Amino acid sequence: MMSRPLNCGYVPLVDSAPLIIAKELGFAADEGIQLNLLRQPSWAALRDLLALKHLDVAHMLSPMPVAMSLGLSGPPVQIDAPLVLSANGTVVGVSRAIGDNMRARGWVPQFSDPRATIECLLACRDQPLRVGVPFPYSMHRLLFEYLVEGAQGARSDLISIVTTPPPLMADAVARGDLDLFCVGEPWGTVAVSTEQAELILPGASIWAHAPEKVLGMRRDWAAENDEACGVLLRAVYRAARWLGQAENQPLASEILARSEHLDLPDHAIDPALTGHILCRHGDAPVHIPNFLKFHQGATNFPWRSQGAWIGAQISRLAGLDEARTVQTAADCLRPDLYRRHLATSDADMPGASAKVEGALAHPTAVASTRGEMILGPDAYFDGRTFDFGPL
Amino acid sequence: MNTNLRIAVVEADRARALQIVDALKDDGWDDIFVIGDDHGLARKLGDLNPDLVLIDLAHPNRDALEQVSIASQAEHRPVAMFVDQSDDEMTTAAMTAGLSAYVVGAPEPERIRSVLRTAIARFQVMSQMRRELEIAKQALVDRKTIDRAKGILMRAKAITEDEAYSLMRKTAMSQNRKVIDVAHALLTAADLLE
Repeated sequence: MMSRPLNCGYVPLVDSAPLIIAKELGFAADEGIQLNLLRQPSWAALRDLLALKHLDVAHMLSPMPVAMSLGLSGPPVQIDAPLVLSANGTVVGVSRAIGDNMRARGWVPQFSDPRATIECLLACRDQPLRVGVPFPYSMHRLLFEYLVEGAQGARSDLISIVTTPPPLMADAVARGDLDLFCVGEPWGTVAVSTEQAELILPGASIWAHAPEKVLGMRRDWAAENDEACGVLLRAVYRAARWLGQAENQPLASEILARSEHLDLPDHAIDPALTGHILCRHGDAPVHIPNFLKFHQGATNFPWRSQGAWIGAQISRLAGLDEARTVQTAADCLRPDLYRRHLATSDADMPGASAKVEGALAHPTAVASTRGEMILGPDAYFDGRTFDFGPL
Repeated sequence: MNTNLRIAVVEADRARALQIVDALKDDGWDDIFVIGDDHGLARKLGDLNPDLVLIDLAHPNRDALEQVSIASQAEHRPVAMFVDQSDDEMTTAAMTAGLSAYVVGAPEPERIRSVLRTAIARFQVMSQMRRELEIAKQALVDRKTIDRAKGILMRAKAITEDEAYSLMRKTAMSQNRKVIDVAHALLTAADLLE
C-alpha cells in the first residue's frame, strides 16, 4: 500500500514530542502515513496555513480551535480537536528584579502557591502587570487571567496582556518591557539560564490538568479524510503512550535532541520530560510531578468539558454570550472521532465524554471500557468546580 | 473620503524594506513607515496607527501583531487580510509570495487591493531573488567541492582535469547519483584516509 502523505504543522516546543516521536519511531509509517512535519515560525502562520488548506493538521494551543471556530482568530474556519497531545508543561516567570522585590515583601519561593504569589505580585506594582504570553488564545493566557480573577474576585484591569514570541520573553523582561511571562518549555528553562529571569509557578498549580496542546484539523478535512484521520490518530496515540512510559524518558530525550524537527539541545529538553525544573540560576532544581503529561490520566482523550471550560473563559475575554460560546467550544472537541478511530487499539475509553472539571483533588479510578482509567488530580487553585452538564 | 493610506512595513532587513517602500511610492503611496526592530512591535504600531500593516508571512514576531487586534478595542483593530476569503485569488497570491497583511479600520477595499497588488508583486520579485541568490551560493560551494575532488583524482590516478571530471560523471551516472554527491563521497573518503 502506498503510504499517504500528510502535512502537519508544528511549533518547535518540547510538547510537539508526540508528533516527532510518531514520525521518528516509525509509528506513522507503520500505520501507513508519510507524516511531513512542517515547522512554523509563529502560531499565526500555522493558523493561516491550516485555515487555507496548506496544512492538513497541526499541533495547536488548546484554545486555538475554539477561537478559530468562533471567528476570533484569523479566517473563520471550523477547527476540531479529536486528540489532546499534552497537558500542563507551562511555567510563569518574572524578572530577577521583581523576584527580589517579592522576597523583600515576604514572598516565599515554593513554586507552588498561586494565591500568595499573585497577591504579592499585584502588590509589587501600582500599574497593570504586563504579562507576556505566546498567543492571545493560549492556555497560558486563560490560566493567568483565571488566576488573577480567582485571587481578586473579579476580572479587572490589573494586568495587561502582551503577546511575545517565547524566544524573546527573557529579553523582554530584562529590558523592562514585561513584568512577567507565561511560556512552555524549553523557554522557561532558557529564560532562567540567561540569569535574567526566575520561575515562580508551574501552570499546573493553577489548574492541575490543563489541556495544553491539541491535534487540530479542519472539520471538513476530518469528514472528507476519515481513513487518514483514523490512521493519524492511531499513530499519534501510540507515540503519546510511548512518551507516557517513564522508562522511555531517557531515550525520548535523546531522540528529541537529535531530531532535526526540534533543534534543541538535550539540556533544554530534559527539564520538561523529567519534571526537574530549575527556577532560579544557582538554585537546586524542584521536582514537579506531572509537570508535562503526554498520556497518563487519560490526557489524550478530548473531553467536551475541557472545550467548554475554554469556551467559558473566552466568552468572558471576548464579551460573547456564554451559553452559545461554551456549546461551540465543546463541539470543537471530538471524542466521537477519538472513540471510533481508536476502537481497534487498546485505548481505554471513559464511560462519559464530559466530566466535572476541577472535581478531583487526587488520582481517582473512573468507569472505562478496560477498567484501568485513573483521572486527576484536576483541581483548580481556588477549589472551584465546573459542571457544564451533559453538553 | 480618506484618499491616502498609512502603511506600516514590518521588516528587519533594511534593503528589503526599502524595496517595498520604493515600489509603493512609485504607485503614489507616500505615508509609509518601516518598523525594523522587533521590540515593542505592538506599541509602535499603536503609536503609528496605520491603516494597513504589511509583514512577512514567516516573520517570527507575527504573533505579537495578533495581540494588537486584542488590545485595541472595537472598530479600529487590525484583522488579518485573510479574513476576507471572498478574494481567494489575491489571498493565495499573497501567501505564495510570503506576504501577510493586516487591515485596520475600514478603508476602501479597492485601495487596499491596490496596495496589496504592488506589495505582492514586490514580494514575489524579492523571494525570487532570494531563491536565486541561494542557488548561486550553493552552486559556488558545489563547484569548490567538485574542484577539490577533481584534484584528488588527478593526483591519485595521474590523470588530467577533464579525465577526472568525466570519471566522476560516469560514476555518478552509473550509480544514479549526482556529481556533487560523488565528489562529497570522495572528499569524505580522502579525509578518512589521510
